[in-house]
Amino acid sequence: MPGLNPEADAAHWRKTRNLTLFVLAIWAVFAFVVHIFAGTLNEYTFIGFPLGYYLAVQGSLIIFVVLIFFQNARQDAIDEEFGMDE
Amino acid sequence: MFKGDFIDNLPKIYGLYTGGFLVFIAIMAVLEQLGVDAETIGILFVAFTICIYAAIGWISRTTQVDAYYLAGRQVPPVFNGMATAADWMSGASFVALAGGIYFGGHGYLGFVVGWTGGYVLVNSLMAPYLRKFGCYTVPDFIGTRYGGNLARFCAVVILAVASFTYVTAQINATGTIAARALNIPFELGVWFGLLGILICSMLGGMRAVTWTQVAQYIVLIIAYLVPVIWMSNVQGFGLIPHFSYGDAVQRIAELEATLGVGTAPTETFAGLKALVAPHNAPGEDAGMESWKFFTLALCMMAGTASLPHILMRYFTTPSVRDARQSVAWSLLFIFLLYFTAPALATLTKLQLLDPELPTAIIGKAIDDVMALDWIQKWSEVDFLKISDSNGDGILQINEFFMRSGIVVLATPEIAGLPYVVSGLVAAGGMAAAMSTADGLLLAIANAISHDLYYKIVDPTADTKRRLIVARLLLIIIGAAGAAVASLQLTGILGAVAWAFCFACSGLFFPLVLGVWWKRANRQGAVAGMVFGFAAGTGYLYAIQNGMEPWWGLDGLRFGIIGMPVSLVAMVVVSYMTPAPDEETQAMVDEVRKPSGRTILAANH
Repeated sequence: MPGLNPEADAAHWRKTRNLTLFVLAIWAVFAFVVHIFAGTLNEYTFIGFPLGYYLAVQGSLIIFVVLIFFQNARQDAIDEEFGMDE
Repeated sequence: MFKGDFIDNLPKIYGLYTGGFLVFIAIMAVLEQLGVDAETIGILFVAFTICIYAAIGWISRTTQVDAYYLAGRQVPPVFNGMATAADWMSGASFVALAGGIYFGGHGYLGFVVGWTGGYVLVNSLMAPYLRKFGCYTVPDFIGTRYGGNLARFCAVVILAVASFTYVTAQINATGTIAARALNIPFELGVWFGLLGILICSMLGGMRAVTWTQVAQYIVLIIAYLVPVIWMSNVQGFGLIPHFSYGDAVQRIAELEATLGVGTAPTETFAGLKALVAPHNAPGEDAGMESWKFFTLALCMMAGTASLPHILMRYFTTPSVRDARQSVAWSLLFIFLLYFTAPALATLTKLQLLDPELPTAIIGKAIDDVMALDWIQKWSEVDFLKISDSNGDGILQINEFFMRSGIVVLATPEIAGLPYVVSGLVAAGGMAAAMSTADGLLLAIANAISHDLYYKIVDPTADTKRRLIVARLLLIIIGAAGAAVASLQLTGILGAVAWAFCFACSGLFFPLVLGVWWKRANRQGAVAGMVFGFAAGTGYLYAIQNGMEPWWGLDGLRFGIIGMPVSLVAMVVVSYMTPAPDEETQAMVDEVRKPSGRTILAANH
């Protein structure tokens, strides 16, 4: 029964928070960092696209979709570990 | 055939619906072959789809508070994902996004990245926790977490301003499409569009909006993908163009140099633009162009995570886990359109520019271009204009003016596809604008009826009275939105970006810190909302009235002013005033656990 064990709750939240920070770090790279250096990245080619352009039209978007599915799978595992899945 | 209840049969029902819609398209194609004219086909497409939505709205009518506000909390994740995607993708996404990329080049892609990356914030920071809370509306969370009517009231005001800005743009878009498809004046089209929107939402609230939005998503995604993929195959750009247009990007860069893209036009036409910006020029690393990309993406992402009509969709799932899952599905369904738009923009540009393609118009004799059917058709309605500025009889790139919406709307005609595709595109644009307008109107009306009327003005009101108030508000706000829309104050996209900046200036930090910072208290939240919103709005007012924008922060990016003010005000005031009581802190702990009962009881 959740709620009766403050230590387990704290551990669950710590893991949730760390997962969230990890996800947000990857998000920040593909949301901002790569686009700030798009000029340099455009010197490389990826499946026929200038790389900087590719990341803005597809690459970052694909990463975001995969990232959320990954985060949810990890979060489900964390919730299960602490018996908080329903 | 249908055993069990409605929810068990959802895949079957929407499978049949999708099949039915495809059959309808086929019938229209046959009618076209039999000689029915384009106008009739356009009318049939728009009228038929609106009748379907209205029927769903009627079937989903309800007298239950939980069904009206939360669709009974039984929407499965995949379907909630589709509904959210329709709720999210507005007339602007459908009609204007590809055109924006066509004209804006790399800088405009900040919208594409921002409007998808925002869902990572929604999933990480907001959706599961707000679902656990069990609130009816976003101000309901603010009001309960921080306590007190003032905090609740501030949230209602910001929600209303942001959503109303947004909804006028959507009603404007429904009016434009209805006017063109049904051949009626724009002013009448606006009210006709509103009627369709209200039929979908008024009787069944969130429940009706949910099931019409799923239907609208199916129409809009078919209507967006079919013409692009068809065009690509007709023009020889590949079976699925998305992964093979890299060469086109590089080819456009070569053509830009030879055709003189970047030479400013010598004439101007109201509402029309000539292509000036290069297709792919991100500027130097960490330079001004990068800064503009970063600030735009950040405002759109934080705005996504603060816009109540999106957040409230995640209150409708059966569990916290389902809320998270439906964010993932939402983004996947949105992604399908957003990674198509740049392909469409690039291929359309190549078709117009590349002299090696038969569709090219730049560099051709003006008389020949003027004789093209699609040029004539869209010139008649002032969507494009050709003007021989230098009098040499040849069409230069800076002598071809058009509205951004035309990239999507005219694709079928440029590529010589049958009329039936144009009718499909009109129905898709209508679905996109209607579904977003529905979600927004419901968000405003629910916040005012639940948070202002029931929670603050008359807490003793019975269910019947609450739902009557909610519906009356829906009509009043819809009518106000239509009245403002018929004035045609700003372009579709300007108003949309404003809504994101209003929302993130006032609501982003009070929502995030409500879950992630236990020390956040009522005074801090009120300060965060008031100062953040006032700073953002004040800055927008100043630059609209002639002030020179700071560091290139224009009307699309004023959230960059509002958000830090909101954060600092909230943190400073929270520390200056007493910590929240133990009960509130325990409530925050409880919100962070995905299992167990919601904080707010059902029918609160």
